[in-house]
Amino acid sequence: MVGGELAITPGRGGIFGQSSDAIWRNPRMFLFLLLLPPVLWLGVVYIGSLLALLVQSFFSIDEFTGLVKREFTLKTYRELLHPANLDIIVRTVSTATVVTLSAAVVAFPIAYYAARYARGRWKAVFYLGIMLPLWSSYLVKIYAWKLILAKEGILSWIFAKLHLTWLLDSVLAIPIIGGNSLSVSYLGTCIVFLYVWLPFMILPLQASLERVPVTLLEASSDLGAKPGKTFRHVILPLAMPGLIAGSIFTFSLTLGDYIIPQIIGSSRLFIGQAVYAHQGTAGNIPLAAAFTVVPIVVMGLYLWMAKKQGAFDAL
Amino acid sequence: MHSNVDQRAPRSLKLAASAGLLFLHLPILLIFVYAFTTEEKSYQWPPPGFTLKWFAVTWDRPDVWRALKLSVGVASLSTIVALVLGTLCAAAISRSKFFGRETISLLVILPIALPGIITGIALRSAFNLAEIPFSVWTIVLGHATFCVVVVYNNAVARFRRTSASLIDASMDLGADGFQTFRYVILPNLGTALLAGGMLAFALSFDEVIVTTFTAGQQQTLPIWMLEELVRPRQRPVTNVVAMVVVLVTFLPILAAYYVTRESRSADGQSR
Repeated sequence: MVGGELAITPGRGGIFGQSSDAIWRNPRMFLFLLLLPPVLWLGVVYIGSLLALLVQSFFSIDEFTGLVKREFTLKTYRELLHPANLDIIVRTVSTATVVTLSAAVVAFPIAYYAARYARGRWKAVFYLGIMLPLWSSYLVKIYAWKLILAKEGILSWIFAKLHLTWLLDSVLAIPIIGGNSLSVSYLGTCIVFLYVWLPFMILPLQASLERVPVTLLEASSDLGAKPGKTFRHVILPLAMPGLIAGSIFTFSLTLGDYIIPQIIGSSRLFIGQAVYAHQGTAGNIPLAAAFTVVPIVVMGLYLWMAKKQGAFDAL
Repeated sequence: MHSNVDQRAPRSLKLAASAGLLFLHLPILLIFVYAFTTEEKSYQWPPPGFTLKWFAVTWDRPDVWRALKLSVGVASLSTIVALVLGTLCAAAISRSKFFGRETISLLVILPIALPGIITGIALRSAFNLAEIPFSVWTIVLGHATFCVVVVYNNAVARFRRTSASLIDASMDLGADGFQTFRYVILPNLGTALLAGGMLAFALSFDEVIVTTFTAGQQQTLPIWMLEELVRPRQRPVTNVVAMVVVLVTFLPILAAYYVTRESRSADGQSR
């Protein structure tokens, strides 16, 4: 770095010239100026809001006046353990698990094909084929499924044409996951969750599969492993970081969503809907805040376990 | 037995992969069919007939236009804010190593990593505590917060590939900092910012979860869609709007892809 006195050329004139010289002489100052606006925005507005929310989860609501009492208490967290609220948490977490597992199964062949076999133009087709659904409108995607799963919709029609209506009816007759029609059943909710978050599973999985060397697969096969064995002992362990990264997305997104179960599914609540209901009409911000802490804690545990499994070392 | 080492994919894999891609695309294509249906009261399949009538009806709906205008306005403002903040952040992160560097990149990613409902309710309760009334500006505030990350990601990748000696050379040749920014850094960043900006626009244009918390009476297009989804009033109009939204979001994505693809291949040639 060149000090002012040692400079060979004279300093620049004018406000622009002088400030430009000042920036060059003080890289720390310049860094500070660069970071100031984004840190003010994200660090103060955003993190500030998050902390304010966290603080409110330790307040409670006065049962008589319905107003928020601003003193420290764990009463709101105890309320989370009521059977009705616990039910909501268990339902959401188990749905997220089912969605994550099925997303892994559906995503694997797409990611594997795109990573290992797609070349040239097909590579582009796969790239756009995954990016377009990822970026197309969230609500439109849900709307499309409302059309598909409706009682008079295309899926019932296909089942009828194949003379399989009995199959659809017997699936819908299963307690808990069934319902009057697919659009008001848990099964429908899970399908839509799977559809909407699937690209988030494919992308990291594909990235990790692209790093699997073909020579390793050849070696495994030369040493006598059947394709199934190569898959279990070579491909799957190497794809694990990608699977875990993808599962973080699908799990976290399902935990926090409140629109999909509201539009497609039974009337029983998910965490997101409970948060929305408590902060809105009920005006119970403390309980809503406590509910939002649940996905944060669950995701924290999940990340911690993923880290313990060594998933991040391989990334 | 050795088929897995073959250059050609096994048939079962091909089948599963194409079934997966079809699963991703058929539902969206279905929207295009429904936009022309004559059926008004239900989601009946197959459509009893086809008509262009609903395009005209939708065209004359002032509420749809109002929502569209608001969405475009909010997305433009959020994109501008995100472009400025994202570029600043990327410049700081890529030009130097400093204490807390990791924290800053985490800070940028956090709004999109946490479920939208958490961002939404956190902002809403903060607005309530600070007694800020809900307006277009509170919507923009929320959107810009999670749009920063896409601009940042694109800009950081480009900064990494731009050699620092270019900037030194410019300064050695007598350009001041602002000239270097204008004539060296900005042209280099150009397409990355264009792509990041388009993605930010698409992200904001489509956002609904955070918006439900940060909007007052204002209706963005996604909020309008949501109302129609929860309480369907005019299904044919919703069909048409859904189709238009698909087209409007596809264009920036395709454009962003081609813009960055050209620069990718150009990089390959120069190396």
